[in-house]
Amino acid sequence: MKETRYVKAIAEALSEEMARDENVFVIGEDVGGPGGAFGATKGLLEKFGERRVKDTPISESAIVGLAIGAAAQGLRPVAEIMFMDFLTVCMDQIVNQMAKMRYMFGGIYKLPLVLRTPCGGGLNAGPQHSQCLESWFAHVPGLKVVMPATPYDVKGLLKTSIRDDNPILFIENKTLYALKGEIPEEEYLIPIGKADVKRAGKDVTVVATSRMVHQALEAAKTLSNEGIDVEVIDLRTINPLDKETIFKSVEKTSKLVIVHEAVKTFGIGAEIAAMVCEEMIDCLDAPILRVGAPFVPVPFNLEKFYLPNSEDVAKAVKKVMEY
Amino acid sequence: MTNKEKLLEMLYLMVKIRRVEERLLDIFAQGKIPGFIHVSIGQEAVAVGVCSCLEPTDFILTTHRGHGQAIAKGIDLKRFMAEIYGRIDGYCKGKSGSMHIACKEMGILGSNGIVGGGIPISLGTSFASMFKGEDKVTVCFFGDGAVNEGTFHESLNLASLWNLPVVFCCENNGWAQFTPQKVYMKLENISTRAESYGMAGVTVDGDDVLKVYEEAEKAIMRARKGQGPTLLECKTHRWFGHFAGDAQKYRSPKEIQEARGFDPIGKFQKFLMESKYINTEYVNTLEAKIKSEIEEAVAFAENSPIGEMEELFNDVYV
Repeated sequence: MKETRYVKAIAEALSEEMARDENVFVIGEDVGGPGGAFGATKGLLEKFGERRVKDTPISESAIVGLAIGAAAQGLRPVAEIMFMDFLTVCMDQIVNQMAKMRYMFGGIYKLPLVLRTPCGGGLNAGPQHSQCLESWFAHVPGLKVVMPATPYDVKGLLKTSIRDDNPILFIENKTLYALKGEIPEEEYLIPIGKADVKRAGKDVTVVATSRMVHQALEAAKTLSNEGIDVEVIDLRTINPLDKETIFKSVEKTSKLVIVHEAVKTFGIGAEIAAMVCEEMIDCLDAPILRVGAPFVPVPFNLEKFYLPNSEDVAKAVKKVMEY
Repeated sequence: MTNKEKLLEMLYLMVKIRRVEERLLDIFAQGKIPGFIHVSIGQEAVAVGVCSCLEPTDFILTTHRGHGQAIAKGIDLKRFMAEIYGRIDGYCKGKSGSMHIACKEMGILGSNGIVGGGIPISLGTSFASMFKGEDKVTVCFFGDGAVNEGTFHESLNLASLWNLPVVFCCENNGWAQFTPQKVYMKLENISTRAESYGMAGVTVDGDDVLKVYEEAEKAIMRARKGQGPTLLECKTHRWFGHFAGDAQKYRSPKEIQEARGFDPIGKFQKFLMESKYINTEYVNTLEAKIKSEIEEAVAFAENSPIGEMEELFNDVYV
């Protein structure tokens, strides 16, 4: 094992997959010379050259469209959209083109395409550079949505995503880029659609995503001192959702809290809660609670009141315990 | 100038497109085709003039008004018809219908229901050709309405910057759905925009198949030789409404009549007759051949089943 940062793990995954498969190329704004706005593509230009590391104009629709056409012709593009918020300027290409092409054309084309983008607040970047919009895309058939929380997961999942023959929205997190963690020296892959039990526990199930996995783990640690044993499930993939892991845990604990940084209203927490209610309501001993951001734009100056944190998670867990 | 065989092939394709679309209007009116159809009657010279310069291995991206472009690229009429009927033997198992028809074998990346939606995708097919070192060219068709979409601007800039082997073919019929060109843009010739992207631009009489062919051939050759993209504007006329069944109340009967005065097939036939390449008998035989092809395709489509329930869930993911 070695210690590496989340952002370095991404660069390693890209580099390894580019070395492994000549058809993989990287495209986006500032991905070449500058190595990406957050450094995730650093070193690739030097290693693989301009043919496979493509700096583009600020033209998100062109970036995604190019990736779609190239993927349909057998290449494996990894496109970077600098901030998740900017997906809004290329929504047609993502939702009407990328997600529909295979189905609409009766399966004649494969689209092995990864769209990498960072979400999340925490950098005081304001309402147009901090959103978590994963539920929008998880709502669109034809897309897979991956959202890793650790250096280990981000590397293994990115490598698998690049090898997958479907279009994948790969959501990173800006505040996690500097996070350090252990990863194996040797090659490894992590399957898409498989959640990970980050902490086993018997009292309450907490399902979390991305940055909130760490908040949930922190809360679990605090609560363990109070005798509450929390199981923390890191979803890792939003769509396809790993129902099995969630259900198995809820069967054990009978209590469920869902945690995400996106606004609580209409978020993936609602989907998971509905799913559990539809299929296993008899198992529940308490109402399902959700922890998410309030239904306001991400504020530039008031982030500390906005972002859900470990205390919010702990409060929700205690509430279901006291029910 | 092209040889006689090529000219006769072009005539065949133009007449075929028109007769297919006339038949489609008829079938649509009978309620046999679900959804919408958009016909390109009056615009046949653009599809045929351009696609006649392409190899089967080249790519095209087409529009909602794309029957002609697909036929000119060489799509099989039976499977084409089955697709429009929404039947399982169609190129896309009936899932695309008229508006999204695609055919991998003939390099047709699909017609797009989103105005301007295909333009960025043409960057990808042309990039893939360049990346692989292949000399395949992409032609991206779009209407005049699409040139005010942001995708047009983003794509032409990038294609020019990277010298991509693509030809942007604007089939300018003067109408963005129900709105005439003078209402939505100040420029008369859309090709003048090419200069601002640093690429070649040309406007051609889109009702003259030979002129279209001549300019398309140059543009496609430039792309194939790695000399960069071209914005090729073909000015043509839309005889019918935006969609089948459109009463065209936004157009004066006089204007419609005038549009129909520009008949690319009549013009080309006249030229071929005067050049003694064809005579009336030839035309009659050609019409009969096309009619039987169409009827065969219609019968094929009508006998093809609609997909089973499980087909609903196929092809969402690999």
